[in-house]
Amino acid sequence: MVRFSGLQKEVLSLYRDCLRAAFQKPIDRRQHWINYIHSEFNKSRNIPRRDFSTVEYLIRTGKRRYEMYKSPDIKDVL
Amino acid sequence: MLSIKSGLRTGLSKVILRTFATDAPAYEPNYKNFKVYRWSPDHPEEKPHMQDFNLDMNETGPMMLDALLKIKNEVDPTLTLRRSCREGICGSCAMNIDGRNTLACITKINKTDGKEVKIYPLPHMYVVRDLVPDLTLFYQQYKSIQPYLQTSKPPPEKENLQTIEDRKKLDGLYECILCACCSTSCPSYWWNQQEYLGPAVLMQAYRWMIDSRDDATEARKQMLQNSMSLYRCHTIMNCSRTCPKGLNPGRAVAAIKKSMAFE
Repeated sequence: MVRFSGLQKEVLSLYRDCLRAAFQKPIDRRQHWINYIHSEFNKSRNIPRRDFSTVEYLIRTGKRRYEMYKSPDIKDVL
Repeated sequence: MLSIKSGLRTGLSKVILRTFATDAPAYEPNYKNFKVYRWSPDHPEEKPHMQDFNLDMNETGPMMLDALLKIKNEVDPTLTLRRSCREGICGSCAMNIDGRNTLACITKINKTDGKEVKIYPLPHMYVVRDLVPDLTLFYQQYKSIQPYLQTSKPPPEKENLQTIEDRKKLDGLYECILCACCSTSCPSYWWNQQEYLGPAVLMQAYRWMIDSRDDATEARKQMLQNSMSLYRCHTIMNCSRTCPKGLNPGRAVAAIKKSMAFE
């Protein structure tokens, strides 16, 4: 079993929060959201896991965007 | 006869002037080095670094903000900073200059000492880009003290009057421009940003507590009655030392503590 560091767990929990929020969106737009989440996370895939300050920064901005996008008023993403 | 004489005289004076004339002095630029903190969120994997800018002081305005704007206009347009009023009334250009939190627009450049100037964003704040700090939490804290008049009385016909003495109590408090220089200079605020309100916000809390027109003083005190919001102030007094407007947040925090001491 893989043991994750605290920081990795935070990234994973943010990722899962985002996906959960995506499943609250209208069903016909859901795939847009999932694609969007995948593409945003993939952008930073190559950052080494020991580059703490960068990962922390990305988690922080990611959380802020998650809080913004999860509002039910926001229906679609391009 | 007279005209010949005067003609002679002017000719003579021209010769004399020419003998005394010297060449125009060679232009001597007066360079000063500015080290500015750079970090861009577009490349988060690159570490923050200091960038050197050499400016000719003869062609730069008197204030730090002039130097920064000269850099932005003529050297590197990607340098990012907040600025607005350029006269110390908006609080946008708060930054750490030579180890001191001040407003760039009212800090003079020492043009003769030849030392380099180090410019950082406000300490212990998340950086948005270069010299721009993220003040979201600071504004949230300001909102949490409800900085507006709360009264049960019906609004008066015209102005809401107070006596001259009551008005005088607000002097030294209402001038605060919320530049966050004091809060970000406070070690207590550095370590407990999430819970401790910080000197700037507490001074505004005090400003509303002692306002004679406000009726919510007790509720305002109750809000601060816990171990974190107010009592993380250990009278370090960095706030009063750094305030670019010359106010005394430390005194205001002490006054709140005094009024709450026996409750």
